[in-house]
Amino acid sequence: MRLTLPNPGLEDRILSHAQLEKLELEEAGERPKWDNKAQYMLTCVGFCVGLGNVWRFPYLCQSHGGGAFMIPFLILLVLEGIPLLHLEFAIGQRLRKSSVGVWRTVSPYMVGVGIASMFVSLLVSLYYNTIIAWVMWYFFNSFQEPLPWSQCPLNENRTGLVSDCARSSPVDYFWYRKTLNVTPAIDETGGLQWWMVLCLIAAWGVLYVCCIRGIETTGKAVYVTSTLPYLVLTIFLIRGLTLKGSVDGIKFLFMPDLAELANPTTWLDAGAQVFYSFSLAFGGLISFSSYNSVHNNCEQDAVIISIINAFTSIFAATVIYTIIGFRATKRFDDCLGGNILTLLNTFDLPETNITVHNYDQVLRDLNATHPNIIQDLNLPTCNLNTFLSEGVEGTGLAFIVFTEAITKMPLSPLWAVLFFIMLFCLGLSSMFGNIEGVLVPLQDLGVFPKSWPKEAISGVTCLVCCCLGLIFVQGSGDYWLALFDSFAGSIPLLIVAFCEMVGVVYIYGVDRFNEDLVFMIGHKPNIFWQATWRVISPLVMLVIFLFYFVTTISKELFYIAWDPESEKFPTLEKKPYPSWIYVIIFILAGIPSLSVPGAAIFMAIRKWRDKHLDSSSPPKKKMSVN
Amino acid sequence: MWVWIVCLLTAAPALAEPLCSKEVCDNYGYKVRISIKTALGDKAYEWNESEMFLFRATVAFAMRRYTSDETYNVSDIVVCNKTARVSFWFLVTSPANTAQLVPRGQVEAAVRLSRNRINSAFLLTDQTLQFVGILPTLAPPISYDTPPWLIVFGVVMGVVCAGIITLLLSTLLKRTRSKKNLLETEEEEDRRGSITANGRLCESLREKDPGRGHPDDVHLSKL
Repeated sequence: MRLTLPNPGLEDRILSHAQLEKLELEEAGERPKWDNKAQYMLTCVGFCVGLGNVWRFPYLCQSHGGGAFMIPFLILLVLEGIPLLHLEFAIGQRLRKSSVGVWRTVSPYMVGVGIASMFVSLLVSLYYNTIIAWVMWYFFNSFQEPLPWSQCPLNENRTGLVSDCARSSPVDYFWYRKTLNVTPAIDETGGLQWWMVLCLIAAWGVLYVCCIRGIETTGKAVYVTSTLPYLVLTIFLIRGLTLKGSVDGIKFLFMPDLAELANPTTWLDAGAQVFYSFSLAFGGLISFSSYNSVHNNCEQDAVIISIINAFTSIFAATVIYTIIGFRATKRFDDCLGGNILTLLNTFDLPETNITVHNYDQVLRDLNATHPNIIQDLNLPTCNLNTFLSEGVEGTGLAFIVFTEAITKMPLSPLWAVLFFIMLFCLGLSSMFGNIEGVLVPLQDLGVFPKSWPKEAISGVTCLVCCCLGLIFVQGSGDYWLALFDSFAGSIPLLIVAFCEMVGVVYIYGVDRFNEDLVFMIGHKPNIFWQATWRVISPLVMLVIFLFYFVTTISKELFYIAWDPESEKFPTLEKKPYPSWIYVIIFILAGIPSLSVPGAAIFMAIRKWRDKHLDSSSPPKKKMSVN
Repeated sequence: MWVWIVCLLTAAPALAEPLCSKEVCDNYGYKVRISIKTALGDKAYEWNESEMFLFRATVAFAMRRYTSDETYNVSDIVVCNKTARVSFWFLVTSPANTAQLVPRGQVEAAVRLSRNRINSAFLLTDQTLQFVGILPTLAPPISYDTPPWLIVFGVVMGVVCAGIITLLLSTLLKRTRSKKNLLETEEEEDRRGSITANGRLCESLREKDPGRGHPDDVHLSKL
């Protein structure tokens, strides 16, 4: 398809190949550069590999047919993830600007795409750093034995345990009461929780130190933040495999259920996971690759980073499920042990009569002889698969399920410290990309005066974000975070990614793009890239976007709340959102999405007005075009 | 006298039996459940009469400790309704009068006081040597003067602040040094009499690549 939309003035806005070559040789550009290739690769890997690889992918894998989920995941990785990644790397390397600069160069009407990326990066940074603050809180609390989430605290009279804790569990209590101090509904703000404010300040402080001079400091920090998670995952894998029940966990995770492949939700979830996991459309990747040398082989980089990302997802899933298998086996053993004890006590049988092996047989015999007594006992049924499928995702996995598993391992504080350092590094390296996607567009848009040094710009941005992030450290902060996560970080990104592909292929021109790639890496991209860029990837993005849009519009919106007063406590209660939340949702999802057409309309009006002014004023000697 | 002894011997079992009846046990006794295999696994010992003797002796010790009355003896502890579970009921009779039973409250208080000692005699815990009705005493919570998390937080914030200050200072120093250098070379240029407008451009080029000299000067002079 040789369809290219008219794009006047493109040649004037971009540097020609000759100019790029000269820039490369003279090194006369003001743009910062990577110290070496390793820094660039580690930064991109760090940005792509984030918390989602650890706590979203394992859940999706297990709930969509285990090993069978690999098939849609890998297919969509190749058809959607790698082409988009290559596109962003190449366009950033070629036009050598941030996301706003790149799209403004491609066409002034496309500046909205860059602005949308910036808004999304900003909204995501706000809540993502709050998650890092939570991780830091748990990290700070891991330096004690016994761990504070391993036992319930006593109530005031010291007669028993605190009632909320006794009814749920120590880990739940520590998460919902001691960490979040969560209110029962999103309407009740609950005030700022001072300990979380301190942790939030710590999180933004650490981020500021690492981003204070842009990639000059970030590039040094990634040597630690991008490599440490792999080390910790390996340690956990070795430790996990020595625990009882770990292999059950891995078998449960990877047991293929090919029937799930017929379910369209599986494919859509796989597509969404690939897309969000690669941190595409945030603008950070475009920025990072703009600091590269012009002849850097971006094709190779895209393929390598995609493979690393997929491998990390699978590796992390394995590690997580060894520990979940251990926890489920522990729970199963405790459940069975409790039932056996109850039976022994009720019937006064010697201890050796009922063991784990003959439990079922004995229960049947006793049920035949004394059915009434057995019924009165209300013995819970112990099923290992039920415990294994209690697998959760998101913060529930990290802060409830995994922390509980850690308390059951010997040397718990050590494992807790290692686990939370790993989560911290994963989150921080992703934050570098998010902040890059906010800082550099702000500079390109001219929001800050040019005389300000880099340190001041990053300082002001971090300070403003920290203050805005105070929403999430209130009592109702967790509900706000879930809201932001569902709406700010989902639909606008899909729109931006679709517009990016359309922009490069049809507005910038795929022929010009191919020539640029020949100049940069020495050979024309082969038929695979051509097919995916022009047809396949945009189609996949469109399908995922429509699906998301339709499900979001049609479903009833509710959130899950921790309400000790509710009847179903300790199960979380589904509550509908109050009506004013819909305004907030519109702001979160609508403003970034609408800035794409909005900016285009604004630029069109400005151009029409300029033309009008030119034609109405007396004709003067034409100056050279700006 | 022989008649009295015979009467006493025949009467003793008759006296003992009502002691193990349900009403007496409910009002004065406590049920004990022992789970040795659960607690000790492979190292579990056999529960026999000698162990029972030890149990009665420890309860007598508990009564002695609580009442500070050193007349309690093993014979004052009566055990009944033994089962294969290893569970039984026990009652405590007063040493002065074997017909009088010590009230439940006193027995409970005595056991609570010496619970730890009784447990350790059998290598068991509050859950495996269970006195049904006597709740295990809850361990007092560990209280810290400063919560440990604040200490770690302080350390991390200290490192972060030190890092920020170091980086800002180094930038400031670099700037003042480069400004000083600029002023010095500008004065030199003034003395030499060359155009100051180009001075800065020359300076920045010279900073970038001191090796290059004339070719760039030729290029610049065209402007």
